[in-house]
Amino acid sequence: MADTKIIVNCETGEVSEVELTAEEIKQREADAIAYAKAKADEEQAAAEKAEAKAAIADRLGLTPDELALLFA
Amino acid sequence: MATYIQIGSTVTVGAGGAANIDFTSIPSTYTDLVVKVCGRTNRAAVFDDILISFNGSTASFTGRELYGDGAAAASITTARAASIATGANATASTFGNSEIYVPNYAGSANKSFSVDGVQETNATTAYAIMIAGLWSNTAAINQVTLTPSVGTLFSQYSTASLYGISKS
Repeated sequence: MADTKIIVNCETGEVSEVELTAEEIKQREADAIAYAKAKADEEQAAAEKAEAKAAIADRLGLTPDELALLFA
Repeated sequence: MATYIQIGSTVTVGAGGAANIDFTSIPSTYTDLVVKVCGRTNRAAVFDDILISFNGSTASFTGRELYGDGAAAASITTARAASIATGANATASTFGNSEIYVPNYAGSANKSFSVDGVQETNATTAYAIMIAGLWSNTAAINQVTLTPSVGTLFSQYSTASLYGISKS
């Protein structure tokens, strides 16, 4: 069965269920890819930041907890 | 005193699911809009986001989301994220409940929106979110579309309702 969308016409109150167009299916796929990429980028940035912090703490001879305490 | 007036009907997704929920021909006679969403999607995870678009446009959205999962809290940049939903791996028959507030939706300035939402669950981890969003477009909003972010379908019994806020 083809995927459908639910449309509420707020002017008439009519509710209908229609099949997605090819363009809408394409958009949906693009949205999912963009979302996954954004999440992956954020996770990578967070991991790099944590790694950089750990490297600084190491250079200073501090534990990560001690370093965090300095900026608390 | 502000008054909530329902616009159109509450949508309840049927057994086959729905790829998106679309409120069209929204009149510009209210002050603000409120969308209340109770969502679950077919994403194979415990949660999913729901994306919003206005007037059929998915461009020019920016935002910031604060979230907590019961163990930690963080903030991330977002674009069209506008609700939290449960996913297919969440506790059965649970949903994510969110309210999207769109002030001055028919004005000529860029359109902001704010969101608060929580996820139902019987597990330890559950998300609560707050989002400040912006659609950098000056057109009056006459259409609101909700789409699962990663999942491809809203699951059965998901609901969405649209309200207009009237000043009098």
